Amino acid sequence: MAGPGPVTIEQSLNPGAVEAPIMEMPMVEIERVSLWYGEKIALKEISMSVPKHRVTAYIGPSGCGKSTLLRCMNRMNDLVDGVKMTGSIRIGGTDIYGPGLDVTELRKRVGMVFQKSNPFPKSIFENVAYGPRILGVRTRSDLEGMVERSLRAAALWDEVRDRLADSALGLSGGQQQRLCIARAIAVEPDVLLMDEPCSALDPIATAKIEELMLELKNSYTIVIVTHNMQQAARVSDYTGFMLLGELVEFGVTRQLFTNPREKQTEDYITGRFG
Amino acid sequence: MSKLWRSGEPFIWLTGGALAVALLMVAGLVALILYNGLGFFWPSNVLRATLADGTVLTGQLAEREPVPGRAGEYRVKLKVGNRDIYGADFRWVDESQIAKRDYPADAALIERTEWGALIGTIKELRDGGRAVATGAEAWAEVERRLPEVTRIRREIRRIETREIGGINYQQERVRLGLKGLELKGIVSGPEVDALKAKLAPLQEQYKAQEGRLVELRKSQTAAVLVQADGGKEKEWPLAQIVDVRFPNTMGLAAKSVYYAGRIWEFVSDEPRESNTEGGVFPAIFGTVMMVVIMSILVTPLGVLAAFYLREYAQQGAFVSAVRIAVNNLAGVPSIVFGVFGVGFFIYFVGGSIDRLFYSEALPTPTYGTGGILWASLTLALLTVPVVIVATEEGLAAIPRGVREASLALSATKLETTLRVVLPAVMPSILTGLILAMARAAGEVAPLMITGVVKLAPSLPLDGYWPFLHLDRKFMHLGFHIYDVGFQSPNVDAARPMVFATTLLLLLIVVLLNVFAISMRNRLRRRYATSAV
Repeated sequence: MAGPGPVTIEQSLNPGAVEAPIMEMPMVEIERVSLWYGEKIALKEISMSVPKHRVTAYIGPSGCGKSTLLRCMNRMNDLVDGVKMTGSIRIGGTDIYGPGLDVTELRKRVGMVFQKSNPFPKSIFENVAYGPRILGVRTRSDLEGMVERSLRAAALWDEVRDRLADSALGLSGGQQQRLCIARAIAVEPDVLLMDEPCSALDPIATAKIEELMLELKNSYTIVIVTHNMQQAARVSDYTGFMLLGELVEFGVTRQLFTNPREKQTEDYITGRFG
Repeated sequence: MSKLWRSGEPFIWLTGGALAVALLMVAGLVALILYNGLGFFWPSNVLRATLADGTVLTGQLAEREPVPGRAGEYRVKLKVGNRDIYGADFRWVDESQIAKRDYPADAALIERTEWGALIGTIKELRDGGRAVATGAEAWAEVERRLPEVTRIRREIRRIETREIGGINYQQERVRLGLKGLELKGIVSGPEVDALKAKLAPLQEQYKAQEGRLVELRKSQTAAVLVQADGGKEKEWPLAQIVDVRFPNTMGLAAKSVYYAGRIWEFVSDEPRESNTEGGVFPAIFGTVMMVVIMSILVTPLGVLAAFYLREYAQQGAFVSAVRIAVNNLAGVPSIVFGVFGVGFFIYFVGGSIDRLFYSEALPTPTYGTGGILWASLTLALLTVPVVIVATEEGLAAIPRGVREASLALSATKLETTLRVVLPAVMPSILTGLILAMARAAGEVAPLMITGVVKLAPSLPLDGYWPFLHLDRKFMHLGFHIYDVGFQSPNVDAARPMVFATTLLLLLIVVLLNVFAISMRNRLRRRYATSAV
């Protein structure tokens, strides 16, 4: 932690632009992060802070780098060959690209939900219990408690309580995605990263997940990447607009949508391009 | 025309036709094997053909075919048996020469332990050279005595193989122990005495068993006098008769019961008469055991190799080259694998094992000669590409998201591999194993030089420590087919046996596959894919 209590963060996205100060406790602090896939630059000098216990959304057209930025936060980009990154990211005050950092330790604190629901080909119970098992929880009763709590938190418990032993692949798409959320929060992370979690879901399932996000932000810091601007407007407290690897604008959601400072943001949210 | 082609109809017919041709060929092959293999055990009637010149031929109808060069005329092949009297089992007769056909009720088909079947009428039962019963009474007496005779024959066989075989085995172990001590320079002392002390009771036992054998053999004095065609008579010891029956008086039910009994004998008994008679149990056992050992060897090897290729190796030109090489390995003639097995496994590995651990038995090789272990290893090598390819395909089909989800849950790569990837790829591994087993069960060429024999004195699994004898030679159904069909002294008589054995081999392959497939389906059901 940088320090106790709320701090004032000056958002300097573009040199010369004067930002409204955000009075929040920062959870994720991103500083001058640039990233290349081989020769191709994907992120350009991004600096911003994600406030604690809030939903922060990234919007922007496809290929603008929002997913890449998200995957920097739990170092999933490490898995891709030929990735180079500069700058620093601190989560809860710890430099996650610092020397000697244990990636598995980091991922314990930063959970992730993917665009396409990806339950393991195991039972519902085993899916949720997977994380705790990895962390060394062995007792059946402990696991059962964790599974129930996570499934309740993901608003899935009532639908699956009688068939925990069934294959997770038998669930509907929306249920699978909520199962993935339950699986991610079973290890009780600080931050929950969501990479377009509703892009493959129908409106009803989407509404359920959005409702869930509002519920979950009391306990977790949520970062969500979405194509859907209405979704960002509905669920997020803060929104960042990205374009071609740059963070064009970042601010309070309502302000960004009603009164964007940047011309590009306005063009995008009014549907003039993208 | 082009409109017709564009409609797609001709293509559908083409694909359907191709499938139909393939199915027809398979069905034809299976039908041929079924017909020839299953017919072998049926007790068909004994025909007495009186020829125009007065000759009488008694035998079972085996075949009927047109006479070459004479249209409309047929000739039949009669299985007349009595090889020791006539010199051949079969006689060809032109149908035009047959003056009279009948099926005498007293025609007996006598199955012997040697020389094939005896066909004729039972005239007399003799014991110790004196006639005990004649005519119809003779058969009644034979029928009464046969179960006891059979029991004694089995007992003799049991003593010969189990009791005396066991004593021999233990004696050999003591002898090797002594020789081992001798090699170490110990020729006297407590160790030697202890071993020698074991030898004496074994020799006692041996003498006792041998005495019993002599006793049992001496008690077998009865003989049957059989009259064959042309007034020839044959006296045959009752002890060497397996079974007597009168096919012409048997009803359908009796024949069916007999048929079932013959099939049971075929799968459960040991072979007789250089494999042309009796059962094939040792071959079944050898085949299944070899396939099982091969599976145990090939699965970990193939799966680990595939995991390295797909999960850890840096994908590039070299890995592609390895992959192509692995695929091509499947196209190498199997005999080449056999030659490799002989050169590397048997002479090099086996020879080294012998020098290190079995030096007391040298120059007699223990592992330095063909055996079930080397045969299984050779086949494992032969089938490993199949397992690698299937596993690799399975690994490639696992969505990236699943691995990422595991990693994002703070699992390491190893944990992900073991807990998520391995269970998910299990059905593919089993698919590879099914293909490997099917290939291995039917392979003969490499086995012929790595450990299969025509007749193995003992099974590779028995009651003597260490129970599993991986160094032993074994029998194999595929080789059995080759041996019976082409190497036996009486190929004509053994031919139906070839089909029966083929049928059995097919059945075993099917059974092994069904087992593996049901296991795979159970795994798949457990992880049933969603409708999404």
